[in-house]
Amino acid sequence: MAALTLLETKGLTKTYGGLQANIDIDFTLQKGLVTALIGPNGAGKSTFVGMLSGRTSATRGRVIFEDRDISHLPAHKRIQLGLAYTFQITSIFTGLSVHENVALAAGRTMSADGNALNAKVHQTLDQVGIADRADQIAGDLSYGHQRLLEIAMGLAQEPKLFILDEPTQGLAETEINDFIALIRSLAGHTTILLIEHNMRVVMETADHIAVLDQGMMLAEGTPAQISANASVQAAYLGKTVDA
Amino acid sequence: MEFGPHLMLAALEGAVIASILVLTAMGLSIVFGVMRVVNVAHGEFFMLGAVLAWYVSTMLGGHPAVGFAAALVIAPLVVGLIAAVSDQLILKRINYDPDRTIVGTIGMLFIIQQTTLMTFGPEARPVEAPFNQRLALPWFEFGEGGLQMIWPWGLSITSYKLFVIFAALAVLVALWLFLTRTKIGLIMRATQQDSEMAKAFGVPVGTVYSCVFGLGAALAALGAVLVVPIQQAHYLMGADPLLMAFTVVIIGGLGSLPGTVIAAFLIGMSDGIISVFFSPTLAQIIATFLVAMILVFRPQGLMGKAET
Amino acid sequence: MTVARKINALHFGILLFLLACFFILPAYHVGALSRIMVLAIYAIGLNILFGYTGLLSLGHAMFFAAGMYGLGLSIKFLGVSVIPAFGIGIISAALLSLLVGLLALRTVGVSFMIVTLMFAQTIYLVVLYFGEYTRGDEGFVLQQAERMLLGFDVTTEAGRYFVAFAAFSICLIGFAALVQSSLGKRLVAIRENEERARMLGYDVWRYKLLAVIVSGTVSGVAGALYALLFGYVGATFASVQYSILPLLWVLLGGAGTTIGPLIGVAFMFYLIDASSAYTSAYMLIAGLALVILTMFAPRGIAGILRTKVSPWLP
Repeated sequence: MAALTLLETKGLTKTYGGLQANIDIDFTLQKGLVTALIGPNGAGKSTFVGMLSGRTSATRGRVIFEDRDISHLPAHKRIQLGLAYTFQITSIFTGLSVHENVALAAGRTMSADGNALNAKVHQTLDQVGIADRADQIAGDLSYGHQRLLEIAMGLAQEPKLFILDEPTQGLAETEINDFIALIRSLAGHTTILLIEHNMRVVMETADHIAVLDQGMMLAEGTPAQISANASVQAAYLGKTVDA
Repeated sequence: MEFGPHLMLAALEGAVIASILVLTAMGLSIVFGVMRVVNVAHGEFFMLGAVLAWYVSTMLGGHPAVGFAAALVIAPLVVGLIAAVSDQLILKRINYDPDRTIVGTIGMLFIIQQTTLMTFGPEARPVEAPFNQRLALPWFEFGEGGLQMIWPWGLSITSYKLFVIFAALAVLVALWLFLTRTKIGLIMRATQQDSEMAKAFGVPVGTVYSCVFGLGAALAALGAVLVVPIQQAHYLMGADPLLMAFTVVIIGGLGSLPGTVIAAFLIGMSDGIISVFFSPTLAQIIATFLVAMILVFRPQGLMGKAET
Repeated sequence: MTVARKINALHFGILLFLLACFFILPAYHVGALSRIMVLAIYAIGLNILFGYTGLLSLGHAMFFAAGMYGLGLSIKFLGVSVIPAFGIGIISAALLSLLVGLLALRTVGVSFMIVTLMFAQTIYLVVLYFGEYTRGDEGFVLQQAERMLLGFDVTTEAGRYFVAFAAFSICLIGFAALVQSSLGKRLVAIRENEERARMLGYDVWRYKLLAVIVSGTVSGVAGALYALLFGYVGATFASVQYSILPLLWVLLGGAGTTIGPLIGVAFMFYLIDASSAYTSAYMLIAGLALVILTMFAPRGIAGILRTKVSPWLP
């Protein structure tokens, strides 16, 4: 696969008061690959993707998406350019039906055509396996299904870059297997940036792994390279891993 | 009267307004600070205080000082109790949800106002001041013989108005001691810092909330008892203090007690001075609009710190 | 029957019923219903912002008053006829809501409520301050001759009823179309979870501003209509009380429902009507209703219907 760059950061830095959460991160994201972003708790992973999506404003540095500097765009403009973001803590419209949730996600670009929108919603719900629950109120779903709904809301936007912040957190083992299968089915046409603690998910889905530690990019490489990397093992794999 | 003495008179009137305002606004501020509740019925607790003062002083009769002294104790206690009970009956049951609390306290506003109309009636009723000597005030001027002390005609204040200023100061000091030196005060402040944590340490947050709501209302009532000998008791008198207290709390920074005191002083003084020199409606228009603009462009208030 | 058909049937059923009321009910109730329909338009205005977008304004009386004074003052002082005066009323409300939206939307939550309250209070005081023109609390009366709508006399019972009915029909149908449109769905999305809506790529601020403008303008339509049909313009309609009343109607009828505003106004009107035999302090009833509603039925009458009987209610 040709190594085309979809997104790039240059010197991306975030400081909270005196605390440096991200320090001069230079990072490139290859188009069409599943990239996993790993690192111990507090390494600054959520801050980093927050700055990519625009939820968090960067202290300094640049974010370049498809050769365009998006550093100063507000979050909704970045999403309109083709980023999609799923929250670490499930964030759905709990008072609306599952169908309406996905329709809102898909509807930004295709609200004019009601039939096409319906078809898209059904197809997306099918893809994540909760089509039979389309008419339920989202808040009544089980936790696992709510996470799937959130992923469906990301997919429905047909993003160029899909950022998932700890999507498997709190899921049961069988649900994790389904998630891995889903990510694999997307590989190739959707670029995915995955923040993940579960090393099995990382190893089974990622084409490329980036390791963040104490706000800095510690290492990057293929899963095999990362597993063999001594400093990564010291910083991360050697410590307690919750997988 | 010349400008100088006139300004001094205006400043004294302003100080009286500020004294009443600081008590009312402190009540609102404490309630917002600890409970995060915007109490729209606060002005009605003020009004209740004034009306109760009339009832107490009329029933006791005798020397005005007897009735006034009794009202000073009874009215805040009764109003505080009413507020604490309504907290238990209403606000607690809607979990202090912001939207529903506003709606609920608006409801309380109408209930208190209309019940007063039906019992107390639509008349404005005076309460006699316990003492009311006119004290002439001196003014200093450079005349032919250097600095001279003169007694301009009309430059005076009543002993009662002076008393109001000192009484408000005394209440403020007592309140400060109560919040910093007593156990219940400490518990209130702990609850303000972090109600979840306070709950974890075994603080009965529900009871603390009722006490705070009662204390806030009692402060408003106390301010009202002090004001009735100057301004008569009337069932609609709660609207202005409510708006003024809101203004003070916003400008002082929502929930910040030192900010509230400073803002009450500034606003009371300027209100006193402006209303001597300008049309009161125009002054109110400017003040209301400015407060809204402050909230729009500096939501943390003039003295408050920005939230993290 | 599909959901969309059911919704249409419901709205047309209500309109047919209101039309029939004119022929069936005695004069007293016909008069009451004209007033109820005009005030229901006002409640619809607030419901767009509060019920559907989740923004609680405590100052909607300023928009109602903008429509009312826009029409009333231009008839009285500019001597224009009803149609352009109506236009002036609506434009006044639209401009005011644009301005208030631009400023107030910089705040959220409790601050938004207080800011709207303060702006409305400013407008109220301005009305009093220019008492020379507005006649302040006393208000002024529009003469019958000044209230001819294209040669049609709106001062008769029938004229009043049909103008109110026509306006209410347009507003109800337009409102129903709005809430079922993708725009309406997006407003609800903002009410339900603003951050999620933003992270789906929606410009939340722009949608909120649009909601304030639509809501304020519809409220202004109600104000202008009230002045036209009842011939009276007064500062009471700009006071805090008239900001609180539509909130009460919407809460009572059901916030975030299309039929809630009409139900709320009608229910409140007849509740006060029935209680007036016992007390003149009708605001006591309003106060009790607010407290009881917010404690036991925060979703209102239509909200209860939606959860208990027909979940498809729009």
